[in-house]
Amino acid sequence: MSSSSSSDEERRWVPLRSRPEFSDVIPVEQDDGPNPVVPITYKEEFRETMDYFRALYKADERSLRALHLTSEAIQFNPGNYTVWHFRRLVLEALNHDLHDELALTEHIARGNSKNYQLWHHRRWVAEKLGTSATTEELRFTKNILSIDAKHYHAWSHRQWVLQALGGWEDELDYCQQLLEEDIFNNSAWNQRYFVITRSPFLGGLKAMRESEVCYTLNGIVARPENESSWRYLRGLYKDDNSSWVNNPQISSVCLEILNAKTNCVFALSTLLDLISHGFQPSQEFTDAVDALRISDSEQRDSDVAKAACFVLESVDPFRANYWQWYKNKHFQNA
Amino acid sequence: MEHIRLNGAYWGLTTLDLLGKLDTVDVDEVVSEVMQCQHESGGFGGNSGHDPHILYTLSAVQVLALFDKVDVLDVEKVADYVAGLQNEDGSFSGDMWGEVDTRFSYIAICCLALLHLLDKINVEKAVDYILSCKNHDGGFGCTPGGESHAGQIFCCVGALAITGSLHRIDKDLLGWWLCERQVKSGGLNGRPEKLPDVCYSWWVLSSLIMIDRVHWIDKQKLAKFILDCQDTENGGISDRPDDACDAYHTYFGVAGLSLLEYPGVKAIDPAYALPVDVVNRIILGIKG
Repeated sequence: MSSSSSSDEERRWVPLRSRPEFSDVIPVEQDDGPNPVVPITYKEEFRETMDYFRALYKADERSLRALHLTSEAIQFNPGNYTVWHFRRLVLEALNHDLHDELALTEHIARGNSKNYQLWHHRRWVAEKLGTSATTEELRFTKNILSIDAKHYHAWSHRQWVLQALGGWEDELDYCQQLLEEDIFNNSAWNQRYFVITRSPFLGGLKAMRESEVCYTLNGIVARPENESSWRYLRGLYKDDNSSWVNNPQISSVCLEILNAKTNCVFALSTLLDLISHGFQPSQEFTDAVDALRISDSEQRDSDVAKAACFVLESVDPFRANYWQWYKNKHFQNA
Repeated sequence: MEHIRLNGAYWGLTTLDLLGKLDTVDVDEVVSEVMQCQHESGGFGGNSGHDPHILYTLSAVQVLALFDKVDVLDVEKVADYVAGLQNEDGSFSGDMWGEVDTRFSYIAICCLALLHLLDKINVEKAVDYILSCKNHDGGFGCTPGGESHAGQIFCCVGALAITGSLHRIDKDLLGWWLCERQVKSGGLNGRPEKLPDVCYSWWVLSSLIMIDRVHWIDKQKLAKFILDCQDTENGGISDRPDDACDAYHTYFGVAGLSLLEYPGVKAIDPAYALPVDVVNRIILGIKG
């Protein structure tokens, strides 16, 4: 009887009570008590599989048939962490080839990849296989990310693979590719930051800063409404506010966007951030912000920072309280 | 879903309590069913016959707390199970298999605080580990370098709140990141450029409240979004309008409305995720 998880063919269900290899097993039913407060109804095949699983689990039978049974139970309910646990105990006891686990988890992922148990199992397997698994793990996560490029579990696993097993060489290129496909992909920006700060092949944040600023500013000019790129830019100057303030390219890009008069929110907030750290805006900035005022009835403020806050209160009304607070905190005495 | 029955009990029963309907449930039945989930290690599984995990251990304590029945536990034993999951670097594993995630840091800290046994762990190291997961945008991920995500942020901020360590974070920066989660529909997403989801009404909102920045979002618009997610025929709440509802989103929608002080809903504590009167009773010893 095939219990191979790599097969996608539909298997005709053979009840466990009819299978000779389980004839000695007495199934154990779920004990919910007489009047369960949170009762659940089960499908017959699933119920029977779990009854047989429970029998082997309670007997702590770490055998090959137990291994096959956990495959079936997992496929019925991939979220049942106790089955995954027991499978690991069985695998250890049998000293079984763990490469089958890669196929099993890949198969489960095709059904629903947002499952903590499958990713945890995969990590456990990869840890045991060591660096021989590196390429495969990077391929597996890349596959999941090709379907959902913001898949949190996949990214988390990929970060673990890079740090534990290696494979950093192509990661920056991979981030670039993903950002070309979708420049709004916050996960890809996060991964980019992860790579430039941690890759043993690059020089670290300061060494990468110049080229990264250039890359990011291009992205910002293309899509000024992209929150991720602005945050990434700010992150490049983590703990180095004086370099942040003193890079003229940044304020220059802000001005360019303000003058274009569309999608100005992040350009305005970045200008405010620069000013609050000592940047002295020229008349051009005052004029650009002034041109963004929604109506003449709005308070005209000769102070460019306060004026920017007023504009933000209008164009970003959900966060009006935030912009008011910002104005009061940083520019009250300006 | 049988393996997460304890989680389901927590979502359902807490919702009932918030709506003032907890007395429709038989206390002794609940206590008995919860205790059936306990493993010999002191930890709880998702259902009877399941392996213990930190997730269900917290749910068990929270459910018992709702009914003022925490004293049925051998509190030391449960606390020892949880404390035993702390690693050298201060992080917490979910169970014996070692998965590490800031979710588990929150769970451990919340659970031990409810049991008055926080001193069983190295709190300083626990806090240091959480802070090592802080990102340049002010948010927190599941592990160091992990993308900032509202769910993880709730866990980290909650843990820091409970341990009195909120001064270690940049509340203005994080507050801004959190308030940027509000999108055009009035709902909240969990990361930039993702769709809004009712569960973020909890993760984002409770985080904002814990750092005193909730006025940075438009609360009315959020309340309207949550109400639009309710299926007015069967009463449950879904992740976004017109989707199928479930217990998880129903709980988070009601909890979110509680934080927004919606009339008819009891107040919920943003750090412990339990009704305020329950937290007052346990943490402050104030009898209702």
